[in-house]
Amino acid sequence: METLLTIILGFMIIGAIYALHAKDLLSAVIAQGIVGYGLVICFLHLSAPDLAIVQIVVETITLIIMVAVVLDSSREEIKSPPSWRSTINVVVGLVFIGFMLYFFDMATASLEPFGEHTLRMSQTYTQQGAAQTGAANLVTGVLWDFRAYDTLGEATILFTAALGVLTVLRMKGKK
Amino acid sequence: MIIYFMCFILFLVGLYGMVTRRNLIKIVISFTIMEFSIFLFFALIGYIDQGYAPILSQNVPEQATFVDPLPQAMVLTAIVIGLATSAMLLAIAIRLYKKYGTFNIRKINNLRG
Amino acid sequence: MKGLTPIVKKIAQLMCGMIFIYGIYIVVHGHLTPGGAFAGGIILAGAFILLILAFGSEVIKLRKEESGSSVSESLSLLVTLILASTGLLIGSKVFFKNFLPPGQIGQLVSAGAIPLYNILIGIEVAAAIITIFLALIIFKEEEEQR
Repeated sequence: METLLTIILGFMIIGAIYALHAKDLLSAVIAQGIVGYGLVICFLHLSAPDLAIVQIVVETITLIIMVAVVLDSSREEIKSPPSWRSTINVVVGLVFIGFMLYFFDMATASLEPFGEHTLRMSQTYTQQGAAQTGAANLVTGVLWDFRAYDTLGEATILFTAALGVLTVLRMKGKK
Repeated sequence: MIIYFMCFILFLVGLYGMVTRRNLIKIVISFTIMEFSIFLFFALIGYIDQGYAPILSQNVPEQATFVDPLPQAMVLTAIVIGLATSAMLLAIAIRLYKKYGTFNIRKINNLRG
Repeated sequence: MKGLTPIVKKIAQLMCGMIFIYGIYIVVHGHLTPGGAFAGGIILAGAFILLILAFGSEVIKLRKEESGSSVSESLSLLVTLILASTGLLIGSKVFFKNFLPPGQIGQLVSAGAIPLYNILIGIEVAAAIITIFLALIIFKEEEEQR
């Protein structure tokens, strides 16, 4: 299981790197689709069908919106002559990434190995969740009964984001 | 253990793109890549070997071990929020493009006004 | 916005109803099968987006649809809050109390108030995504007219 997931993740990383370096913005958007749909396959193998359904639809709609925006504006990636400033940016970024990898190495020591997760908080959710909420889908039970505050907060964020899009696009700017 | 590292490398690719790219669309793409890696990390932590998907039905035996439903519930909402926030970022990007005629953030920074 | 060719229009006509019914199925069966409010809401929004992209429309009609979708978004969130605070009024002193009887596991009418929350938030998610999409399209159309 772990090797299969590692191979899929490798493809996703290659797609991500290509998306950042593509010359054409349209192909960058399509390469971002590699990462999104690879994620769907990973979710299916991690036995999370809820997440797979949501992610496959969300990825499609994200691609539609991104392609619409790119076709409406320019497709050209910005060509910039190599300067000392961009070199410094790259070097600082790489050093920072090295530091973060080192600290992540320290942080993963406290995690359990892959596949041997012990249920601490959700022991009651899986054992008595169905009897208490009456929902056969335990994820929905957690979503709307045990953790309903969180879900309400997320729904509010969605509402606020829609309002934000309306506000940003309706403003009459100075021409 | 290696799979956690791969997941974090995906996050770092997104971070690298966000720091070094100048194109607004590329910045939105790296933002979504970082989001994806975080979703995957949550799902990886909750996985149990030979665990069933957390849905009761006739085919699931009585004493089956289920995958942790809590991270899945968190990620389920976060994916939809990710769609809305990246749409909002794209709206800001297209608005800036219509005003300045470029996606280059450095040029936009210099133009002012 | 102009529509696409007649072939695309015909296929979109045939597919749209099926996608819509599938979305409603996912929302209503959210407490029994994989899916739920968030997945089903986005599928419902996808059906609308397919219709708008295939047939095209005028800015005035899109404006009307946008106001309708944003009103239904706000209303469904409001009704969710009212339903959530009903538990307070009934006397259990708990917000988001599942006050209806849980019923038998596996039946369509079970799990208390969870299907109601699923339907309401499904409408909210669908309306939010449609609002975002329509706002982007109206912005594009107005820029072209100018």
